[in-house]
Parts: sequence; C-alpha cells; structure tokens
Amino acid sequence: MNTFSKADKNTLLFVIIITMLAPFILNPFPEGSAMAQFNAGYPDLMQRFAIFGILAVGFNILFGLTGYLSFGHAAFLGVGSYSAVWMFKLLSMNIIPALILSVIIAGVFALVIGFISLRRSGIYFSILTLAFAQMSFSLAYSVLTPITNGETGLQITLNDPRILDGGTGAGNLPVTGLFGMEMRNTFTLDVGAWAFQFNVGYYVCAIFLILAFYLSMRIFRSPFGLMLRAIKTNQTRLNYTGLNSRPYTLAAFVISGMYAGLAGGLMASMDPLAGAERMQWTASGEIVLMTILGGAGTLLGPVLGAGFIKYFENIFSKINDNVLHTWFSFMPDGLENAIVWVLHFFVGKGWHLTLGMLFMLVVIFLPGGLMEGADRIRARFGRNKGDGDDTPNATTPAE
Amino acid sequence: MGILEVQNVNKSFGGLKALQNVNLNIEEGTIHAIIGPNGAGKSTLLNCFVGKLVPDTGTVMFNGQSLLGIKPHEINQAGVSRVFQTPEIFTDLSVFENVLIPCFAKRDGSFKMNALNRVRNEVDIQEKAEQMLIDVNMIDKRDMIASSMSRGDKRRLEMAMCLAQDPKLLLLDEPTAGMARADTNNTIDLLSEIQDRRHITMAVIEHDMHVVFSLAQKISVLAQGTVIVEDLPENIKGHPKVQEAYLGGAH
Repeated sequence: MNTFSKADKNTLLFVIIITMLAPFILNPFPEGSAMAQFNAGYPDLMQRFAIFGILAVGFNILFGLTGYLSFGHAAFLGVGSYSAVWMFKLLSMNIIPALILSVIIAGVFALVIGFISLRRSGIYFSILTLAFAQMSFSLAYSVLTPITNGETGLQITLNDPRILDGGTGAGNLPVTGLFGMEMRNTFTLDVGAWAFQFNVGYYVCAIFLILAFYLSMRIFRSPFGLMLRAIKTNQTRLNYTGLNSRPYTLAAFVISGMYAGLAGGLMASMDPLAGAERMQWTASGEIVLMTILGGAGTLLGPVLGAGFIKYFENIFSKINDNVLHTWFSFMPDGLENAIVWVLHFFVGKGWHLTLGMLFMLVVIFLPGGLMEGADRIRARFGRNKGDGDDTPNATTPAE
Repeated sequence: MGILEVQNVNKSFGGLKALQNVNLNIEEGTIHAIIGPNGAGKSTLLNCFVGKLVPDTGTVMFNGQSLLGIKPHEINQAGVSRVFQTPEIFTDLSVFENVLIPCFAKRDGSFKMNALNRVRNEVDIQEKAEQMLIDVNMIDKRDMIASSMSRGDKRRLEMAMCLAQDPKLLLLDEPTAGMARADTNNTIDLLSEIQDRRHITMAVIEHDMHVVFSLAQKISVLAQGTVIVEDLPENIKGHPKVQEAYLGGAH
C-alpha cells in the first residue's frame, strides 16, 4: 500500500532507529571522562525523553494542526498518572491495564473540558483550559485527597488489594512490570570504557513513542488532519464550506488528551507514584514550550523539543560551580573565578536562564522551531548539491 | 417558483434599518444580480442567506426549506455556497488542498472522523479536485501556497472551491472587485461558462455595470434597504427610479 510518501517513510524510519539505538546515541562519551556528565544514556532520563516525546506529539495534534493553544494539558498527564497508580493499587502491577485506564480517563476528562472550553477560541480558549487545569490541581490537593492522597502523592503500599496479583501485605513493595518483565530491569553492555544501559522501561516507552508517532503521522496525512489544518487557517471558510469545526476540534482535543493520559500512565508505570504537582500550570507551560521550541505543526519537531528541554533540565542543571572550576582550572586563578562567576548564572540552578534565552533565540530567529533550523540547513546543502547538478555542462572535465 | 424566495425581510442594527421589507425571488437556473449604491444593504441581505445574520422578521426559503436559524455549515450542505468580497481561502494550505477540502465536505458531510484514511489514497476526490483546477485554469498553480497568489487568483480559487461542491445556489459578493479589466473579463467568461454548462443558479452582488449587464438575466436594485425595482436588464438601464437611487434624485 502506498501509505506514506518517501519522505514520511524516512522520517518514521529515523524515529525508529533513533529510539531503538538511543542507549548508544545518548552515551557518546566514555565513563570517567570529563565529558561523561553530558551523557544522557541512563534509564531515568531516556524514559523521560520518550514519555515527554509522546506528550508533545499529542499536544502537537491539537496545537500544531488546529492552532488551539491548550494551556492545561498537564491536567491530563496528572489524571493519567493517578489512574495508573490506582490500577497498580487495585488490580495488578502489570502496566497494560494501568495504561488502558489512563488513556480512557484522560479521554473522558478531555471530552468534558474540551466540550466547554472549545466554545471559545484564541486566548479565551487558552484561559479556560488553564482554569480547568489549575482547578484539577487545587482539587487534587484539597477535596479530592481520598483519591489523590493530597500532598504526599498517591503511592502503592503493601496493604493494597491488587486482586489479580494477590496483594500479600508482606515483603518488599512490588514493582511494575509487563507480564513478568520488570520495568526497572537494566542490562548493561560494557564496551571498552563505555557502559551502555538497556532498560526494559525505556524500551516500553520507546515502543509507545513509535506507535504514538506513527498514529500522529496517520492523522497528519488523513482527511481529518487536513480539516484540522484548515481550521487553523480559516474557520470562516471552513464553516461556509459545509464543515462543522466543533466536532473536529473536540476530536483533536480528546485525541491529544489521550496522548497526555498515555504519557501520564507511562510516567507512573516507570515510577508508581503520582503527585498533584504534575498538573501545575508550569507543567502545562513546559509542554507548550517543547512543542514551539521543536516546531509546532511539524511531525518531528515536538519530539525534538521534548528531548531538548529534558536534556537541559537534567544535564545543565547538574553542572555546578565545582564542575566549572575543574573545567577552567587551566586558567589563571583570577580569570578562572571570573569565568566561573559568569557561567554560574547559566548552569546548575540557573539552567532556566539558558533555556529561556535559547527559547527566545529560537522564537525570534527560527519561528518554525528547531525543525525550521534543520530545514534551512538541509536547504543550504541541497542548494549546493543542486548547483553541482545544474552546472556539469559549464565545468570542464578535470581529467 | 424560485429557488430562493425572500419575503418581507427586515433587519436593523440599533437604530439603523439596514433592510426594510425586502422581497426577492431568484429563479432556478438564472443569474440574478443585486445592485445598488454603497450602504444599500446588499451584503447584509447576502449575510441573511448564509446564516451569518438572522433577519428580525420575514422569511428566507431555499428550495422550500427555511434558512432562518440554521448554522452556516448546514446551509452550505443544503446547497448554498458563497464567494466573499475579500477572498476567504485557506491561505496556509496549497491550492490543491484548498480544493480538496470542499470535495471532502461534499462527499462526507459536515463531520467525518476519518483520521486513519489517507488523503493520498482518495483517488476520486483527487481527480475531482484536479478537474476543478483545470476548469478554472489553475492547474499549473496546484502546489503553490494559497497566500502567495495574486488577488485575482485567490478569487478564482475561491470560486473553484465553491464550484467543487456542486452548489444549487452560488452567491457571489462582488466577484470582480479590485480586478484588472482582463481578469474581470475572464471572470465573466468563467461565470457564464459555468452557468451554461452546469445551470447553477447565481446571485451576484456587483458594482461594475459591465459585469452586471454581461451576466445578469434579472436585476434587483436595492436602495436604502428596500428593493426599488426588480426587472430584466434591458428595462433597468433607463429606469427613472434607478437613476434617482444612483444619482441622488431630487434631494
């Protein structure tokens, strides 16, 4: 079947290869070397790359295609996490029922919130979604404590019923798994000075990411996706073309809410713990940031953006003054201190400053996000190649 | 029996009476022009046909069905398409995609959850859209982004989009406004060709008398919110009431 164009097939292949080989790609520096702290190939972070990738891909279906900027997507993430942990408590430590419930509950939430919020568009829609998310966040802390366990966060305990696994009430806390494969299991491959870590949890997340990406690709190339893009461009014309924009936007909203629910469920599957802070507006803002940074409306952009931000959050934030001093120890003391003093604001706790400046640079110079940057680079190389192809008649043969 | 029957339509905006007891009867298969000086209420009247405005009183019947209180997309699905004064097209999409959308809307109705189909594989829709672009002589611009085209091309594209739906009634709000003479003549040829071939009923609002008298089989003259004359083109030209409306009369 001629499902996708060649470019799309290549993109999908690219995603598959990158996600499958991530433990190698993210671990380019040998252990113990000065650069080793830039390695991102450890299970925790790789899982987060994949999970936030799913989140951003889903958000992009709403924001990238229809242009409706939801500022409350973290609510679905949180709802997904809570649902998953409840499944671990009540049913079994298998992640499949947990993920199914996460997606369903997040979908129902999205249906209700979307039904109300989508009565408005533009900034009013954003404010409505933000209000709903903050409401969920506050409720999780207060009235809904019996369900969410308030500030402590929802955790699994030994006394949980777990009717399928037969909760024992003794021994160690059980761990999440997929039909016996424990999510925390990691196989380490030592090659010379390198230690590559292959984690079950990461590969589960990665496979979900590939599926999520494939589905988003199908939606992008479907008549439904075309209508969503039409909504972004001109809703007036769409209505006067006999199309009802409301069900389209609502469907997009629910789909993207379900993606967020899946991401939340996966988050809880990697670490069976759900807290209300996952629903805070800063978390919603982060999703928006990821999508715009990578390139809203592009297929690959949101995944890139998610990876980029998570990398910064986890790697740049670990560079403290001591690390800086070791880097610049070859310099004279005064200069070394001065440089460390300046850089101090950009790394460690100050990583937000670096990220903020990068975000501004991208928005100003690359409004299409990192993907636009990639396209420009490709265009430049492409043109050079094109010139070479166009001019063979003019150039005299060398031999 | 007309395809569109408008009776005693009134519409006020605050104290301004935009339409007063407007009666209009558009015969099936004809091109009906609505002319009148600026501010006569022509666009308001058109907005009442497509569901953008609801008249205060009166009836608007299309093919025996009332159009009042029905949403724009439902009116369109019933067979009324509209070309706007400033082209309303999907500016970020390609010309071809612009035409694909009405083709889908015609086939699938106002909403279809076909997220797993592929646009590439919808051969009949693709062929129809291509044929539509050939008909309006725009096939060479197939892959251009709509926003990068000239105003005349945008209008032609919008017309192609409306025609792709095989409407029963096509409403055109100043289809040649701001066009060069050559483009205007092309549009006239295009519209009369469409009318000859497909017998689509058209209601045209137009300022350009050259266009009006080249196309219209019947003309309604609107002034200060009322239809002052409705007659054949040859009787309109020298009509004293029309001259009065345009030249300001005895005031």
